[in-house]
Amino acid sequence: MRVILHVWRQDGPDAKGGFERHELSNVEVDMSFLEMLDTLNEQLIVAGQDPVTFDSDCREGICGACSCVINGRPHGPGQKSTTCQIRMRAFRDGDEIWIEPFRSGTFPVVKDLMVDRTAFERIIEAGGYISTHSGPKPEPNASLVPHPIAEEAMDAAECIGCGACVAACPNAAAMLFTAAKVSHLGLLPQGQPERWKRAKSMVEQMDEEGFGACTNYAECQDVCPKGVSIRFIGRMNRDYMKASLCEPEVQIGPLKAH
Amino acid sequence: MLELDAKIPSGDIRDKWRNHLEHVKLVGPRNRPKYDIVVVGTGLAGAAAAASLAAQGYRVHVMCFQDSSRRAHSVAAQGGINAPKNYRNDGDGISRLFYDTQKGGDFRAREANVWRLAEVATGIIDQCTAQGVPFAREYGGQLANRSFGGVLVERTFYCRGQTGQQLMLGAYQALHQQVAAGNAIMYPRTEMQDVVNIDGRCRGVVYRCLQTGEIRSIAADAVVLASGGYGNVFFQSTNAFNCNVTAAWRAHKQGAGFANPCYVQIHPTCIPVSGDFQCKLTLMSESLRNDGRVWVPKKPGDTRSPDQIPENERYYYLEERYPSFGNLVPRDVAARNAKYVCDDGLGVGGKRQVYLDFADAIRDRGEKVIGERYGNLFDMYEEITTESPYKVPMRIFPAVHYCMGGLWVDYNLMTNIPGLYAIGEANFSDHGANRLGASSLMQCLADGYMILPQTINDSLHDIYMDKVTTEHPAFAQHEQSVREHIDGLMARRGSRSPMAIHKELGEVMWHHCGMARTAEGLNEAISKIDSLKEAFEHDMIVPGRADTTNQALERAGRLGDFLDLAHLMCRDALERDESCGCHFREEHQTDDGEVVRNDDEFANVTVWEWKGEGSPHEKNTETLSFDALPLMTRSYK
Repeated sequence: MRVILHVWRQDGPDAKGGFERHELSNVEVDMSFLEMLDTLNEQLIVAGQDPVTFDSDCREGICGACSCVINGRPHGPGQKSTTCQIRMRAFRDGDEIWIEPFRSGTFPVVKDLMVDRTAFERIIEAGGYISTHSGPKPEPNASLVPHPIAEEAMDAAECIGCGACVAACPNAAAMLFTAAKVSHLGLLPQGQPERWKRAKSMVEQMDEEGFGACTNYAECQDVCPKGVSIRFIGRMNRDYMKASLCEPEVQIGPLKAH
Repeated sequence: MLELDAKIPSGDIRDKWRNHLEHVKLVGPRNRPKYDIVVVGTGLAGAAAAASLAAQGYRVHVMCFQDSSRRAHSVAAQGGINAPKNYRNDGDGISRLFYDTQKGGDFRAREANVWRLAEVATGIIDQCTAQGVPFAREYGGQLANRSFGGVLVERTFYCRGQTGQQLMLGAYQALHQQVAAGNAIMYPRTEMQDVVNIDGRCRGVVYRCLQTGEIRSIAADAVVLASGGYGNVFFQSTNAFNCNVTAAWRAHKQGAGFANPCYVQIHPTCIPVSGDFQCKLTLMSESLRNDGRVWVPKKPGDTRSPDQIPENERYYYLEERYPSFGNLVPRDVAARNAKYVCDDGLGVGGKRQVYLDFADAIRDRGEKVIGERYGNLFDMYEEITTESPYKVPMRIFPAVHYCMGGLWVDYNLMTNIPGLYAIGEANFSDHGANRLGASSLMQCLADGYMILPQTINDSLHDIYMDKVTTEHPAFAQHEQSVREHIDGLMARRGSRSPMAIHKELGEVMWHHCGMARTAEGLNEAISKIDSLKEAFEHDMIVPGRADTTNQALERAGRLGDFLDLAHLMCRDALERDESCGCHFREEHQTDDGEVVRNDDEFANVTVWEWKGEGSPHEKNTETLSFDALPLMTRSYK
C-alpha cells in the first residue's frame, strides 16, 4: 500500500520545526508503524539525507519509549496500544498520515519526534518509592494482601511512564501518571508508612514541573496504553487532601503553632 | 594467556557463600562517599546494583542509552521469577533449584555460582515485596505461584504478564530514591564507548552523550557493566531495538575475557516472522506452555483450519516424545523439536510454525480463568496477528532470546581486569549452556541486590587513597581514540545503510549459528562475516552529523562490535566440538536428535582473549568441577 506522510522535523529544542512530506509506496499491511518509519529512514539514509529521529526500544508496548502523535492522537488509532503496536493495517491505501512528537511544554522536543520526559523522573524522585535498603527482609506472607487489593494495586502499577496521558490532556496534566504511582504504592500495606507524605510531595512536584490540573476530560484514560483508570486520580486527590489537612509529623510531640 | 582465578571459596558447597561473606573485606560507612562507582546499564541488574551501592553510601554514576532508566529491556520479561520458597509444599528447596539449573544448563555452568544463586533467590522475593512489587496473590492474601519449563515444582512468582516491568519499577524507584538523596547521579541518553585501565586496574569510562555527541569521561574506583546480552547480533530477536554488545565488547577489547559466546538461547514460543522488514520478534511467555498444548498436523502441508483437524490427526510431539515433562520441557528442547517437525514439512500451513493450543484449557478451566492468567498476552498476540487465541490456536516459532555467554567473571563477579565487574545477562556464569525460564530475572536481581553489593567491597577497601581523576592522561588518550573511531564512521559515504548490513549479518548468523550448527556451515559463516566486515568498512553510509542526536551513527557503532562478536561466536561454536544445551552441533546427536556432550574434552568454559585488531583471538579455558552434582546425561523423557 501507499501512504503520504507528514512528519514533524525539528533540529533541536530551540530550533523551529515544521512538517516534511514523504511518500512511501512499499508499505505492507503487517508492518508495524515504526517498521514503516524504519523503511522511510532506510530510503533517506541511502539517499544521504538525515533520517527521522524517534524514540523506540522494546517494540512490544511495554518500555514506554515510543512517543508519537499520529493523526492528532497520542500513540495513534489503536485502543490500549503504544505507537510501536500500531500496524499499518489500521490505515488505508493512499491515506495521509500526520506524525508529531508528544506535545507538552513540559516535554521539550529533543529532535524530530523525540521528546524529553525527565519531568516524570523528578515526580518519582519526589516520593514514588518505598524506602528500603537491599538485604534481608521479612517473609512476604507475613503480611497478607487480599486478592482484590493486590489486583487494584497491579492495575495502577501497569503504567509504563510513556506520557501519552500528558500529550492527550487539554491541560497537559500528569495526574494519571502521578495517580497511578501514588495508588500502586498507597494501596499496599508496605506503602502505608509513607503514604501521605508521598501523595503530597508527588503532587507538589507535579505542579512545580508545570503540568496542569485535572478537569475530568478523561482523554488520558482513553489513550493510556495500559488502560489505567481515572478513578485513581480521584483516589490520589483524596489522599492529597487528607495529607494536606493533617500532616503526620505535626501529630508528634506537643502542639505547636504553625 | 589470561589469568583466570575463579576464586571459589573452599568448603562444602552449602557453606561457601556464608564463609566467603565472613572474609570479604569491608569499607566503612564514613569512607564510602569517597568512592566513585560507575554502573553501565539500568536493567534489573544495573538498577538493583546502583540502588544498593548508593544506599550503602557510595557515589554511583549510572548510565543508560534510553531516555529513562525505567525503560531497560528487563521490562519485557513476562512470565515470572523463580525462588525455592516451597509455598506449594511440593518438595522444592535450594538444592532442588540448584539441581534444576545445573541440569537445565547441561552442566556447563560454574557449580559454586549456581548454588549461591539458588541460595539467595528466596531473599529476592522478600526484597521485592518490601519495595512494593505487586506480586500476584491468592484469595487468602498469600503469594501465588505457577510453574515453568524444565522443572517439576511450582516456584515461579509473577505479576500478571508484566513481571519484568514490575521488578524493574521496584529497582528503578529504589535507584531514583538514591538520585533524590544525592547518592546516585543519572546519565540518561549516554553510551559507554570505552573503559580506561590504569596500572592494571579499571579506573573509569569514556562515554558519548547521545544528544550532543560530546565525548566525556568519568574517573572511578570500580566500573560495573550491566549492559545485557548480545542477541541482536542476529538482527531479528526478541531483544529491544537498541540492545547491543558495545559496552561489553569494548571492555573485552581492553582485556576482559569473553566466555562461551556461542551459547545463545532460542526461545520456543515467539510469534513467527511475517516479513523481511521486521527486526523485532515478539515473544509469547513460556508460562503459556502451562496451559497450552503444542501440536502440528500429522499430514505434511495440511491446509485445513485447526478446528477441522481431528484429534487423531494431530501430532502432540512434545507430549509424545517427553511424557514426564510434556509441554514443559526446557526451552532448548522445545525449540529444537519445533525445528525438527518443521524440517519434516509438518509446519502449520506448510510454513515454519507450530500450534500452541488453549482449547482444552479453556474447556476445563473456563475462559475467565485463562483470561486472567494470559489475557494481556492473548491481546498482544491478537493485535499483531488479528487472530484471537481464545478461538484459534496460536501460531508460534522459535526466535533468538537470551545469551548465556558473556564477560568472564570470578566468584565476586569481577572480570579478569581488577575493578571491572559484569553482572546480569552481561556475564556468563550461572546458566551454563541453556537457561531455564524465570531464571534471568532471578539472576539479575541476585547479582544486583544480593551479591555484588557485598563482593565489590573486597576490591575497593584499599584503593581510595590513590584517587585517579579524569586529569590523568589515559583519559585524554581514550577520548581521542573514541573521537577518531566516530570520525571514521562519519566519513563513510558508501551505498549501504548500517541496518541493511546488520540484517544480512543476522541472516548469516541465524542460518549457520542458530538452532543447529555444523563445522561446514560455521566456516562458511566466518567467511561471510568477514566480507560483511569489508562492506561495513568500505561500502556503508552514515548520514548527518556527529554533534547531535544521530541514530544511524549509534547503529553503525554498535554494528561494528556485532560484526567482531559474530566472528568470535562462530569460532567458539566451531571449536566447541560437542553438543550441549542450546549449542547443537549436528555432528553430535543421538539417533532421536538429542544432544551428545563430550565431557572429557569440553567440561569447561572457553574464555577468549582479544589480541588486537586483525589478530585471531586466543583461547583460554576454565575447567569446571562437579562435586555437588555429578555429571549426568540430561533427560526429560
